[in-house]
Amino acid sequence: MSLNDRLRSVFTEALQLDADADVENLKYRDIDAWDSVGHMALVAAIEDEFDVQFETEQVIDLSSFKVAVDMLRGFGVGE
Amino acid sequence: MSVFARPQAEREAALLAELTELTAHHRARCAPYDRVLSSLGTPAEFGSLADLPWLPVRMFKTHDLKSIPDDEVFKVLTSSGTTGAGASRIYLDKDAAAEQPRQLGATLREVLGGKRLPMLMVDTVGIIKNRRSFSARGAGVLGMANFGRAHVYALDEQDRPDVAAVKGFLEKHGHEPFLIFGFTFMVWQYLYEVAREHSLDLSNGILVHSGGWKKLVDIAVDNAEFRRRFAEDTGLTRIHNYYGMIEQIGTVFLEGPSGNSLYCPDFADVIIRNPDTWEEQPVGEPGVIQVLSTLPRSYPGHVLLTEDLGVVHGVDDGDWPGKRFSVLGRLPRAEARGCSDTFAGAAS
Repeated sequence: MSLNDRLRSVFTEALQLDADADVENLKYRDIDAWDSVGHMALVAAIEDEFDVQFETEQVIDLSSFKVAVDMLRGFGVGE
Repeated sequence: MSVFARPQAEREAALLAELTELTAHHRARCAPYDRVLSSLGTPAEFGSLADLPWLPVRMFKTHDLKSIPDDEVFKVLTSSGTTGAGASRIYLDKDAAAEQPRQLGATLREVLGGKRLPMLMVDTVGIIKNRRSFSARGAGVLGMANFGRAHVYALDEQDRPDVAAVKGFLEKHGHEPFLIFGFTFMVWQYLYEVAREHSLDLSNGILVHSGGWKKLVDIAVDNAEFRRRFAEDTGLTRIHNYYGMIEQIGTVFLEGPSGNSLYCPDFADVIIRNPDTWEEQPVGEPGVIQVLSTLPRSYPGHVLLTEDLGVVHGVDDGDWPGKRFSVLGRLPRAEARGCSDTFAGAAS
């Protein structure tokens, strides 16, 4: 699976999104599910799936799907 | 880069320029703020930080004070106002909402480092399970969650101590540095008491706590006693109290490693004022705490007179540069208020 697909399924599961949700364009606080509680669950789920550990600043900056993709590329996660 | 680096003279020079600019910024964008300052005959230039005009924090309960257009409001924070004066309303635009956790992070980094540590939350798991994140206390706890990982909650959904959860956390993470966060009286009542009773070893913990001492004063526990008993009975010595308020969100005054003094991050300062004359008090003389911070750009909260009493213990003579001070309690006439008060009914 590509990075995008894997991340999409992590987002969908962690934030309990509908199957047809526009995940790629999602931003923090766009939807009720991605509030501070959702954020904790999401960060933990991304770390589990990709076996990475974000620093505090990254957790704060992780404010959209696209930012998450960039961060994971920064960790060297393959496409 | 540390935000606890500026000696007092350097800090005051830098802050005077920035806060003067901010005062003009808010006057130009917040009409009620400008009216208050105009009625006081406030000049445009100031000789020192102490000359800057302050707003009483209470004004955020009685007035809508914001320096951004309505359509740029991204988030409105409300305090846990109890009866009477109501809740403060603090308006943030996108930039302000993004900036405040960054500066809080930069401040806490001094004692936590950049890595997220396993985190024991001394609060109820109900905050996440029931999303009771609408109380100020819940929001405060969740705001801190970013600084840790593998979060475990010390209280169950019925607000009872979850000893098994705490023990499980310590078995898994207790041998490496870990983070503990909670409101002061919750930490005392639900972590200290439980740890003592069950002989839990907290010696690798770093405790960050806040929320006031009012409830602990009744059982004769002050900051020094809190530190002494935690060290003696649980091995926990890395304890950092902090002081902050929603009206200056993102700015916290943090207790240094030696304990019993709060320090200002480089972008903030405090002034203690005599409640009768409003003159600045000398070191060692208690008075009303005024807080200054360069963070508030979306609302005029950069220079505020609090309803708390405090005292400066010294300047450039402690763990970190700048003033070091203590909070002594609420002004006698101030309304009882605080994030942790939302728990009062359930806990008693």
